Amino acid sequence: MIQVDNLTKRYGPVTAIQDVSFNVDKGRIVGFLGPNGAGKSTTMKILSCFMPASGGTARVAGYDVFSQSLEVRRRIGYLPENAPLYPDLSVASYLDFVAEIKGVGRAARRGRVADVMERCFVGDMQNRLIGKLSKGYRQRVGLAQALLGDPEVLILDEPTIGLDPRQIAEIRALIRSLAGQHTVILSTHILPEVSMVCDGVIIINRGRIVAQGTESELVQQAFPSARIELRVAGADGDVAGAVAAIPGAVGVQPRPARDGSVGLLVEAARDRDVRPDLVRLVTGKGWALQELHQVGMSLEEVFIRAVAGEPEPQEPVPAAEETR
Amino acid sequence: MRWLPVFKKEMRLYFGSPVAYVVFTFFLLISGWFFSQIFLFYSDASMRSFMQPQFGQNLNVVDNVMRPLFTNMSVVLLFFIPMLTMRLFAEEKKAGTMELLLTYPVRDGEVLAGKYLAALALYLILLGLTLLYPGLVAYFTRVEWGPILSGYLGLILTGAVFLAVGVLISSLTENQIVAGFGTFGVLLVFWVIGWGAEFAGGTLRTVLQYLSIGDHLEGFTRGLVDTKDLVYYLTGVGLALFLTLRSLESKRWRG
Repeated sequence: MIQVDNLTKRYGPVTAIQDVSFNVDKGRIVGFLGPNGAGKSTTMKILSCFMPASGGTARVAGYDVFSQSLEVRRRIGYLPENAPLYPDLSVASYLDFVAEIKGVGRAARRGRVADVMERCFVGDMQNRLIGKLSKGYRQRVGLAQALLGDPEVLILDEPTIGLDPRQIAEIRALIRSLAGQHTVILSTHILPEVSMVCDGVIIINRGRIVAQGTESELVQQAFPSARIELRVAGADGDVAGAVAAIPGAVGVQPRPARDGSVGLLVEAARDRDVRPDLVRLVTGKGWALQELHQVGMSLEEVFIRAVAGEPEPQEPVPAAEETR
Repeated sequence: MRWLPVFKKEMRLYFGSPVAYVVFTFFLLISGWFFSQIFLFYSDASMRSFMQPQFGQNLNVVDNVMRPLFTNMSVVLLFFIPMLTMRLFAEEKKAGTMELLLTYPVRDGEVLAGKYLAALALYLILLGLTLLYPGLVAYFTRVEWGPILSGYLGLILTGAVFLAVGVLISSLTENQIVAGFGTFGVLLVFWVIGWGAEFAGGTLRTVLQYLSIGDHLEGFTRGLVDTKDLVYYLTGVGLALFLTLRSLESKRWRG
């Protein structure tokens, strides 16, 4: 549904994104993840036909965002960063304007506007001027206008920013419910959001894609072995040696001792769960088991590795070329 | 045609905010002041013509009341029209709403048409309200409607050019003050440029006279609809709107 090939965008000498390529299949929800200034919004502005790329191509629903912009715009709903809206219009009249401009017929308009207001929980404020609304309401009005016209593709730039925890949960549920009929690409820097809402993840850092796939794929790539933290008390003898002898254990690293207990970080093959073996070993030896848990398998760890593991930015070569 | 939703939105914004009311109030206040002063002067002059009949020979209510009123109103418009147009694009760019507007399935020309026609409609309403003045004159005396109508046509065309220039300059900046002041400056230049004709000779004189906005209004206020003047106004509107469209479209490839 969305095909992006070697997309590059330069603002003068500054390269915002470089050779970004990805695909999003129909009906999937993909999270665009990256630190601030990584190029998430730039990519979304190009996909929504707001600005042209400096290089590469992007196609939405089979249409090129540059040469067939109008066709693309008929099929997208876009929520820009910070949801820019007209402060002097009421919620209902603003949404009526959006519905009309998106070509919703006069007869259906009232019903459609009422429908998106209900889905985005802004119905109780429909006669209020947008300028008088709180940030959370404005954000949801922004989402409502993106949903109008029932677009095939939704491009949402930080849809849950500025919402309170309950609203965040409601909006995530709403986005989740769009999967299947709609293809959604959303950007965020809230990691749990991606786990909760998205089918796939694209991690972008300093304008380049550093990882993409489903969450479990990314976790497996980043951590080929499972890591288990073990802590036992009352141990005599070589705990580390005994643990390393367990089949499946790949590596053992000591952890700082605490109150006479021994801590170990055990790395084990992913296809074999060594935890039962560990328990048997500890109880068999008569030691006291204090802690046993698997660590470092979250998307957060993947993200931090992907973003921190990037080499330092090379001196921007294009800049030198351009000043010539 | 997708210009209609944009047109309706702009009208809602004009009347939903104080802009329309403030401009209406002060324009009518000032033009009403001019009208009452000119009318009082005229009635004084016609009174005196009873004493000196030869003085009253050229006394004509259209020539002596409506003509100066049209000229005065056109000068007041020079100040007021930039206030109507300055927000049209600059505000949207500043607030970021332009980003949404340009990603809706509308052509740039439709956005422009909606905005320009909204400003033009607001201006026509404003002019419509000033019909009170010729109405009052007609209540007291017999008037020839022909020159009054051509005078209004002249004002409509002058306003149409002013608005088009205002829309163009608003599309070039995201700062409303720059848009408003820039429009005023450009219009003022085209207003005073004709004054230079007096001391210029030959072709330059013709060119300066032709460019001057005020000189083209002159004929209309006398009841003269000249194709030369019509062409001037319509090319002015066309050129300014064409350049606005180019400036909007450049957003799509310039980045």
